Amino acid sequence: MHPAFAIVFFTTATGAGYGLLALLGVLGGLGFIPADFWLGLVGMALALALIAAGLLSSTGHLGRPERAWRAFSQWRSSWLSREGVASVVTFVPTALFGIGWVFLGRSGGWVAGAGLLAAAGAVTTVCTTGMIYASLKPIAQWHSRYTLPAYLVFAAMTGGVLLNVLLQGFGLGSTAVLAGALLATLAGWGWKLATWRYNDRLEIPTTANTATGLAGGTVRSVEWPHTQENYLLKEMGFRIARKHSTKLRRITQGLAFALPALLLGGVFVLPWPVALVLSALAAILQFAGMLAERWLFFAEAKHTVTLYYGRE
Amino acid sequence: MTCLPAHTEKKLGLVIDLDTCVGCQACVTACKEWNTGGHMAPLTDIDAYGGHADGVWFNRVHSYEHTTEMGGRTVNFPRSCLHCEQPACVTVCPTGASYKRASDGIVLVDEDKCIGCKLCSWACPYGAREFDTDVGVMKKCTLCIDRIYNDNLAEEDRVPACVAACPTSARHFGDLGDPTSAISQLVAERSGVDLMPELGYNPTNKYLPPRAHTGRSAKVDAPALEPIRAEGGFLGWIDRMLSN
Repeated sequence: MHPAFAIVFFTTATGAGYGLLALLGVLGGLGFIPADFWLGLVGMALALALIAAGLLSSTGHLGRPERAWRAFSQWRSSWLSREGVASVVTFVPTALFGIGWVFLGRSGGWVAGAGLLAAAGAVTTVCTTGMIYASLKPIAQWHSRYTLPAYLVFAAMTGGVLLNVLLQGFGLGSTAVLAGALLATLAGWGWKLATWRYNDRLEIPTTANTATGLAGGTVRSVEWPHTQENYLLKEMGFRIARKHSTKLRRITQGLAFALPALLLGGVFVLPWPVALVLSALAAILQFAGMLAERWLFFAEAKHTVTLYYGRE
Repeated sequence: MTCLPAHTEKKLGLVIDLDTCVGCQACVTACKEWNTGGHMAPLTDIDAYGGHADGVWFNRVHSYEHTTEMGGRTVNFPRSCLHCEQPACVTVCPTGASYKRASDGIVLVDEDKCIGCKLCSWACPYGAREFDTDVGVMKKCTLCIDRIYNDNLAEEDRVPACVAACPTSARHFGDLGDPTSAISQLVAERSGVDLMPELGYNPTNKYLPPRAHTGRSAKVDAPALEPIRAEGGFLGWIDRMLSN
């Protein structure tokens, strides 16, 4: 599948934004993070900026972005429509929580309720994003039980690492949040490795034989219907050399998981100004690593239409 | 509505005979010619006379070499929308632009509602939908709804353009939901198959596999060609010089 940057950035940014929003909603609403105006403002602004930038980026992928409002109508059948509805609905408790926690400096009571609802909305939105991919049968690497949990784990991971930077920035570093971010990073690493292992061993029942209805023997493409690449090949026939795939997997592991885990480990033992620098570095590297991960998620996914073109 | 109808009155579709298709591309050009002025018009062409010709087509004919124990054969394979009974291209559509008609089962796109998110083309395993980069919307085969119900055409012409154009009658049109229709009987007689049945899209269109080899064809016993061995001596020297 062609990795359109608009979508790669969109899913990575909204994942981190919703992860951070969910954590702020739960921990702030219930009073585990003190209701401080500047901390709250910066935290909520960061989460909402990531979400808004992602959602705006996604409309850049559309052929007719001016009609995007229509996408809220088919939530009965379409995960993409559900994603749109969930993302907009989530803004309501998010706004209430922001007013209560940031501007009124309160937690507990209705602010906690709004925070928990915002968190539930964030989790739901991330789930709908994951389901858009997990529901596509023609792409075996996506239509698997690994896809939905991956979106949730990565949102928790990137959100947790961002929350850690935020708290460090205000000199409120929390061992529990730090440990959570580190554990989520390790969990994300493990899940990604398991996904790659599953995909590399995948035996796809759809072949050139079932695609053409020609039973038995071998089916070899001898002539395409067209001399140049068409929409199908540009969009669905994206290929990367295996050696690049291996290198990119290493880069992803280093940037998204290994280095952030190492840096977060350092935050445990090093004093404050250094801990803040390491925390920020971990978040930046992880975001870059997750862009590479999402790029690979598309680039390594094979659509059944490529079978018609002799691309196994 | 992108929810699927529980039942369609008819299941209009095509049956394609892989035994008689000669790969002449007449159906491809007839489709393009009709539809570039039809319901989903235009079928945009980009750089049509340049080095990177691209454009929207509803029907594409591939050629394959199918080799079995019985021998090999060339199979020409027209590929277009199969008007599935379980079209995921419809259910994934966020705007309601894609729909399956309850009356005849035809899958269509309302171009005025399409936002061009391309998700339907990802959901189609058969590559039936092609995005029009010029207009910014998705396009697909309409089964020539503007021909098959067109009172201005003579009755025998009320078939999709691809069917009307086929010189070997490899394409058939009719109601596959009616077991007594000529097209359904043809499928039963020739053991027509679904494409990618394992994905569960239940395509309406069927493909008739090539008939079995009869064994009556002439045997060709000529030995396969071998590469020429490199010549030594003076002739070999000339050969090497001229090859440079």
